[in-house]
Amino acid sequence: MATTLPKTDIVLAGVGWVGGIIAAELTKKGYKVVGIERGKERTTEDYYMAHDELRYAQRYEMMQDLAKETVTFRHNKKQRALPYREWGSFLIGEGVGGSGLHWNGQTFRFLPYDFEIYSKTVERYGKDKIPAGMTLQDWGITYDELEPYFDKFDAMTGIAGEPNPLPGSPQVKYPNPPMMETPVTKLFKEASKKLGYHPYHMPSNNLTKNYTNPDGISRSACQYCGFCERFGCEYGAKASPIVTVIPVAKKTGKFDVRTHSVVRRVIHTDGKASGVLYVDTRTGEEYIQPADVVVVSAYQMNNIKLLLNSKLGTPYDPETGRGAVGKNYAYQTYLGKATGLFDEKEFNLYGGAGALGAQIDDFNGDFFDHSKLDFLHGATIHITHLGDRPIANNNVPHGVASWGKEFKEKSVFYANRSLQIKAQGSSMPWKDNYIDLDPTYKDAFGDPLLRMTFNWKDQDRNLMKYMGNKSAEIMKEMGATHVNKGGDDIADYDIRNYQSTHNTGGVIMGADPETSVLNSYLQMWDCDNVFVPGASAFPHNSGYNPTNTVGALAYRAAEGIEKYLKTGGSLV
Amino acid sequence: MSDKDRNQNEKAGNSRRTFLRNSGLTVGGLVLGGAVGSLFNVKSDSNAESADHKNMVSSSNPNQALMYFTPDQFKTVEALSETIFPKTESGPGAKELGVVYYIDHQLAGSWGLNTREYMTGPFYPAKAVPEQGYQTHLKRQQVFDIGIESINAYSTKKFKKKFQELEKEDDKIAILKDFEEDKVKLNSSLSSSFFFSILRSATIEGVYADPMYGGNKDMGGWKMKNFPGHQASFTNVLGKDKFVAMKPQSLNAQHKM
Repeated sequence: MATTLPKTDIVLAGVGWVGGIIAAELTKKGYKVVGIERGKERTTEDYYMAHDELRYAQRYEMMQDLAKETVTFRHNKKQRALPYREWGSFLIGEGVGGSGLHWNGQTFRFLPYDFEIYSKTVERYGKDKIPAGMTLQDWGITYDELEPYFDKFDAMTGIAGEPNPLPGSPQVKYPNPPMMETPVTKLFKEASKKLGYHPYHMPSNNLTKNYTNPDGISRSACQYCGFCERFGCEYGAKASPIVTVIPVAKKTGKFDVRTHSVVRRVIHTDGKASGVLYVDTRTGEEYIQPADVVVVSAYQMNNIKLLLNSKLGTPYDPETGRGAVGKNYAYQTYLGKATGLFDEKEFNLYGGAGALGAQIDDFNGDFFDHSKLDFLHGATIHITHLGDRPIANNNVPHGVASWGKEFKEKSVFYANRSLQIKAQGSSMPWKDNYIDLDPTYKDAFGDPLLRMTFNWKDQDRNLMKYMGNKSAEIMKEMGATHVNKGGDDIADYDIRNYQSTHNTGGVIMGADPETSVLNSYLQMWDCDNVFVPGASAFPHNSGYNPTNTVGALAYRAAEGIEKYLKTGGSLV
Repeated sequence: MSDKDRNQNEKAGNSRRTFLRNSGLTVGGLVLGGAVGSLFNVKSDSNAESADHKNMVSSSNPNQALMYFTPDQFKTVEALSETIFPKTESGPGAKELGVVYYIDHQLAGSWGLNTREYMTGPFYPAKAVPEQGYQTHLKRQQVFDIGIESINAYSTKKFKKKFQELEKEDDKIAILKDFEEDKVKLNSSLSSSFFFSILRSATIEGVYADPMYGGNKDMGGWKMKNFPGHQASFTNVLGKDKFVAMKPQSLNAQHKM
């Protein structure tokens, strides 16, 4: 029998970027917030031994325990879905700060085109340009409407960047100057400029100088130590919830974080939630936390799982296209890349920062004409200088085996002579790429796991091939001796190999309750005191990292929650 | 051999003799056969011990002892890892770097027992498509047990010798290639290429993981790649046009408590 606790104003299921932002914003306004977090408390002192590639990058120290919970996966309905048993394609973080602890800090705003992708595509190319089965839709909000929330996130985290020189791109004034120029970024910029493109420094959430944000939080500059992605930052230089919003919320005395606790259900009747049911995994005891507002603020997949297992909203049916929970699961098309091996040059590749890099946006969004192309949207093409750790980086020229004498000699020789240009591609939604509950496999509490049905489409294959060619073109211009090109002959999505932790969709926002779960305040159409901000709200995924847009949506939701607490009812 | 080493060896030899005598396994000074006898390879003259024996027992590094492998498995995996990452002109191979100790220690713990992975059934390894990843019910300890057994059986069938006894490099390579390319059938829950892929990645890890894990001896893996390991800051280095080589540092340097 669950123990019912005293009521609070707002309860959060998950304390990462979204939970942290909402906690900070609403506790500052005087509201009481309870945050339920499955993992442990995290501080920068936890990363005293952070420079350990094996522990953090290969053994996934900061990620969820898959023994307790995972997802199942299949390419299509004809296959049997089987569990994602060991980490591979994407990595879901755990603990206070969530995946906002182990990220790289590459921080982009989605484009005006993204938020109105359906309308703008039809307007420029006509309805027939959208292939059958692609469930493209507008977000129910515009870039202009979101701009002030982007600005808030930028100031809170202290993004370091420079204006994007590409004509027509949104002009953003970042609070800090860009990261340092290195021979790697310089070479990329020179080559892409020569080819007529518009390179610039990637906006970074690794601080470039000591910075005090509007909340009065001071943090120090990045040391370029080379241990960013999959690691926590011992300097606090990489923006994360534990060095920004969470301390702000805690200082108010109104934020109560309950760690080692997993939310199993949102409790609701007749379109109104009364709170959440959670388990303290250290005692095994169940609790009910009543609240006026429930915020579902876990990782994208866990948000979907909580809604489906709580029977909240209408599950998506891929046959009829009805219902929206689990609809428009999208990912990131990241295989159009080029590795360049330089016989004559050696770079200081052992160091770097997660968001130290240069890129071009010329082939992202609708910045280029798609009339004669066999795909929509595009990719940003970038080079990074983030620290090539030795277990993971063993580049050899195409045709050399992956072991033995030649492999050893070449992988050692090219250790500081390999650069990679990667195209971070967008991912469009499809009728038959979706998430539902698995009929067979269960989590540690006996609740059904999520089942992912997902595969690449010709849209993705064509896009990755195109971007692989562009990446190789720049790499050749940079003077590489050997260029290994990716993106050709992509067959099926492979969950074994790490690609990106940018999983999106499933609890999408929109203007129409028939085709979306949330309105533009991230408030559920079907249950007006439940808010679900996060990458799960994206109706498709852009060619950019999602965190900035997630952050902006969280600020928007915080505003919505306050409005709701004052006036009640649907905000739209 | 230095005098110091010899003394240590002799001491070790004495203590082994003492152990054997005390454990009642000797009769009138004769060592009985079986596991213990072959394990210790005891000869009446400790100076005539095989080179193998010295490598295994006389090390002064307390990390070099076995948590999981039997001595025979140890030898097979040492030979396998050396074939994957051999000693060459550019530096030491897996054997010299202690990679087999790394693999042994990893197998004994969380990784070998798949403790942080979803190991709940039902399992359908035969029905899975490769893109669905790890689908066997076998844990990595069992994957290695079966893999080592199979590689020795295959080697014996082909060349009449266990893998670690093969003399020709080409024979070793041929066997590993057949495993890599799935030409050898293990059982319905484990393919030879799956074993190979885990063995390969574990070998690379053992070459380059922090030396506290038992491999990358004396940071020899890092030195080959000019990887400086744990450093506090590269702010003054990264902008430079020239390559800057640094003396590597392991996490031990950070551990000042």
